[in-house]
Amino acid sequence: MNVLLDYLPEFREGFIGTVLLTLASGLLAMVLGVIIAGFRVSPVPPLRLFGTAWVTLFRNTPLTLLFLIVWFVLPVIFFPGLNPWMKALITLGCYTSAFVCEAVRSGITTVPLGQAEAARSIGMTFSQTLRLIILPQATRTVLPPLSSIFIALTKNSAIAGAFSVAELFSVQKLLSDKGYTIGWIFLWVALGYLVITFSISGLFRLLERRMGVAR
Amino acid sequence: MSSSSVLYDAPGPRAKVRNRIYTVVGSLAVLGLIAFTIYRMNVKGQLEPEVWNIFNNAGVRTNIRDGVLTTLQVFAVAGALSLVLGLLLAVARLSDHKAVSRCATGFIELFRAVPLLITIYALWVLFLTYKENLGVVGENSGFWALVIGLTVYNGCVQAEVLRAGVNAVPRGQVEAAYALGMRKTQVMTMLQLPQAVRAMLPTVISQLVVTLKDTSLGYVILYPELLYAARQMANNIIVNGENPITAVVIVVGVIYIAMCLALSWLASWIERRGRRARKGIAVAAAAEPVVELAEADQTLSTPKDGSA
Repeated sequence: MNVLLDYLPEFREGFIGTVLLTLASGLLAMVLGVIIAGFRVSPVPPLRLFGTAWVTLFRNTPLTLLFLIVWFVLPVIFFPGLNPWMKALITLGCYTSAFVCEAVRSGITTVPLGQAEAARSIGMTFSQTLRLIILPQATRTVLPPLSSIFIALTKNSAIAGAFSVAELFSVQKLLSDKGYTIGWIFLWVALGYLVITFSISGLFRLLERRMGVAR
Repeated sequence: MSSSSVLYDAPGPRAKVRNRIYTVVGSLAVLGLIAFTIYRMNVKGQLEPEVWNIFNNAGVRTNIRDGVLTTLQVFAVAGALSLVLGLLLAVARLSDHKAVSRCATGFIELFRAVPLLITIYALWVLFLTYKENLGVVGENSGFWALVIGLTVYNGCVQAEVLRAGVNAVPRGQVEAAYALGMRKTQVMTMLQLPQAVRAMLPTVISQLVVTLKDTSLGYVILYPELLYAARQMANNIIVNGENPITAVVIVVGVIYIAMCLALSWLASWIERRGRRARKGIAVAAAAEPVVELAEADQTLSTPKDGSA
């Protein structure tokens, strides 16, 4: 109990760090994921290939390895001088975008065939069909998987803490290094994550109720 | 591919020309990206023959092989234990005894919501603290922290997968079994579980892929699995005045991707086979969550939900 009260600022900072990192990389993952999903269903073969390669690569690489690459390889080859927070954002965003892409793509296939046919028959182009007809309808089916993807993202952000980004795991690490009982620290940190993941699933349940349609 | 081609018409002459232009531009962009990467690697001296020559060294190869073996060892033990735990937890959660089912539910919910890394780290610190009293576990605290952490987390996920499979068994079959005078244990072990396991096999294997990927969390608790071993090795070698981290990471990455793809391929092979057989409950249908299942278990809708 005392651990929480004595180190309230650390816990608060860690909690906010986790929330911010999750929000920012979730946003990046959404944008990238929708774009890559668009690539994967597009009529242009090299873009489809690129999308497939992206998803296969990121889904089959351990996240810890990705963190290692972004921390020690990316600065050498491309851009030096990124701060740890930006690196964590890039890693989590790219990794999660592969899962978002697959969710969106499976959402696209649930939109009835007739909708796309109707859109084409009134002369819409591929990008118009996708933007105006398919994606808005796919959004509804995609909500439940997206919710679990974001919950996974929250949990994955813990690895950023191991790479010296301030968030809840780094709080746990710091305090157990100081010799506090691991049981209590674990409990408080776990509670922090529970609050975030329950908020996410609650938010998505709300969204589902507002946007869901019977089909 | 065929399912998405409905999004655009069979191209006419003008669209064909346009698509060809896009194809050329797209290819150039992708190729340009690759070329730029290779160019930058060359500039930074990562393509020098000396850097790649380190893999001709027997010691380096032994290191990587040992890393792969340790990773596979952790994966084998944790994978097997998580399946056992998953089975137990699933049965416990479906139990008629309120106390048992509540305990199982609480356990599953807690450990599914907490990041695996945090569980592993807490276990590691715990094992290090009580090193003397733990015997075998104390001597190998890294290994057991990793294995038990992976087992607990993945066991909870597997339990939910199996529970969804059990719930997907048609109600009539269960009623028929009771009508024949079977006891609850018999219905569960002879009727519900075999069908659940069979229907959920692809999802179960997908979760094993996640388990395999998660063994790399051993890196954080300094357990010498593949990733940590590789990093240590790269830190100890100096080629042309710097550590060959890039080369080592590329090789290790290829190994990880190959291992995961092999397992994923197994899952999709089983799924294809199951679909062809068409007996019992539909394999693919069970993997797609019904609304109430989706609420009960969120990981189901994306089998490889990318936890780490």
